[in-house]
Amino acid sequence: MGTETEYGIIAPALPSANPTLLSSQVVNAYAATLREGLGNLAGTRWDYTDETPLTDARGFRMDRASAHPSQLTDEPPELTAEQIALERGEAAEAAVLMNLVLNNGARLYVDHAHPEYSSPEVTNPLDAVLWDRAGDHVAVAAMERIGTTPGFSPVILYKNNTDNKSVSYGSHENYLVPRSVPFSKLAETLIPFFVSRQVICGAGRVGKGPLNQEPGFQISQRADFFENEIGLETTVRRPIINTRDEPHAVAEKYRRLHVIIGDANLNEVSNYLKLGTTSLVLALVEQGLAPAPTLEDPVQALRTISHDPTLKAAVRLADGRSITGLELQELYCEAVLDAVPADADEQTRDVVDRWRTLLETLRREPMEAARQVDWIAKLKVLEAYRARDGLSWTNPRLALVDLQYADLRPEKGIYQRLARRGDVELLVHPEDVARAAVQPPRDTRAYFRGRCISEYPAEVVGASWDSLIFELAGERRLQRVQTREPLRGTAMLTEELFDVAADAEDFLARLLSDPDRRVAP
Amino acid sequence: MATQDRINTGGSSTEVEEETPEPAPAAPAAQDSTQTQGVDDLLDEIDGVLESNAEEFVRGFVQKGGQ
Repeated sequence: MGTETEYGIIAPALPSANPTLLSSQVVNAYAATLREGLGNLAGTRWDYTDETPLTDARGFRMDRASAHPSQLTDEPPELTAEQIALERGEAAEAAVLMNLVLNNGARLYVDHAHPEYSSPEVTNPLDAVLWDRAGDHVAVAAMERIGTTPGFSPVILYKNNTDNKSVSYGSHENYLVPRSVPFSKLAETLIPFFVSRQVICGAGRVGKGPLNQEPGFQISQRADFFENEIGLETTVRRPIINTRDEPHAVAEKYRRLHVIIGDANLNEVSNYLKLGTTSLVLALVEQGLAPAPTLEDPVQALRTISHDPTLKAAVRLADGRSITGLELQELYCEAVLDAVPADADEQTRDVVDRWRTLLETLRREPMEAARQVDWIAKLKVLEAYRARDGLSWTNPRLALVDLQYADLRPEKGIYQRLARRGDVELLVHPEDVARAAVQPPRDTRAYFRGRCISEYPAEVVGASWDSLIFELAGERRLQRVQTREPLRGTAMLTEELFDVAADAEDFLARLLSDPDRRVAP
Repeated sequence: MATQDRINTGGSSTEVEEETPEPAPAAPAAQDSTQTQGVDDLLDEIDGVLESNAEEFVRGFVQKGGQ
């Protein structure tokens, strides 16, 4: 599994700055910190060969001509010279990096008008939280670098999902699922789960409606921006279930479930439960044990649940019954409890225990879960302001608290302040986060990717989720190594090879001649 | 049906040492008055870092669409 975060970005002193350009500054600033501190070549070309953003899991392919341009994620973005020149005057750089593959196996790049961090592949939710936080660490390092570079205007990065004017941007999750699980089964189980999951991991939002046309507070940043139950799009007519079939792995064996409906989480417990409970529900689907309540109108239900922080609002099932978001979550949680074997691993038990306990707390008194849930922590601060200063929901200070909750600057961010005061529960240590920003997980192919980039910065000229491209000195041909098995290329399989190889040439020769060590299937 | 098992469909044959997050020690239950004090402190702290001119700052946070 893994996460992707698109950060909100502004340069307060440059209100009309081109966001693509600002985003490229973030990528280039981080590259500069790498060049300085870690001696790593900055800027590995992304290998677009295996990108198929228009293949639909329902068994067809969207015609390229009818796709929204923002969906063509298999084309490298280009900053025009004009854009650069506009911003930087005459001293325009010839080569602006739009993409980096990091030593930890992650990708940092410019996605439309936002900097995006895509985490390396991990095998469990706690690691997913750790390498997601590593992305925030990278974002902070880039911000600080820009802030101390003469001639550059400081930028601020936000881990949120809307500008509260009309625009939303995503934080996505990806889960590896066996291809043998029918997509229709996944969809029918996941729609009610995703509609209700916000009660345990929503990030909270001041304002309602896609145009922020109605005052008030709601549970989810993303809920009002979804218009469809199921579909291929990610930027327009957003669907609760995204059907992009781009496995980045052996397509016959796996599908990559691309989840676009989550809120970006700062709270580590919210993030852990978002990833952990979704994994467990996917396991239920695989085993044919998943509940499948059918909602009469999932898109409307998503909004109804989001718009009621008291958690009392009921939505209608297709059979005419009414059910709350909390009750839907209890349904899934009970099914998982019934299915978890007594000898399940510790982390699985931990996710289940926390999920059950949190649902009990939410049923009793939602505000008691402020240490674990982003939307509740945010609401608690907002309500304290309303009580102290007599503010109505239209007061801009409340909108500012909402925005600044997600501000990644350590001294300015309200979530960060809460964390430092001990008002939120933490799951990972800051020093582990800093390490995860430069080291890959050891138990997936991200290890192989990250180590190749660390060890052979001069020879690795391109990379993607399922490939690395080597260019050896004196050889005219590029050597493409496929990494199509997400669970190969681990430390256990390849660490020794990295340790004994004399150089890139020797490494490739050993890799390709030793069948036991083959990374590719 | 561990999260691990599910993800191990790739046939990784090793047992991974699972780590469970250790919960941070919970704050001791506080009296009402100290709680109010805590909220006041928190708001004072946030007052100190909130951007000045809320209306203008919020209006200036304009993004282009993303995924």
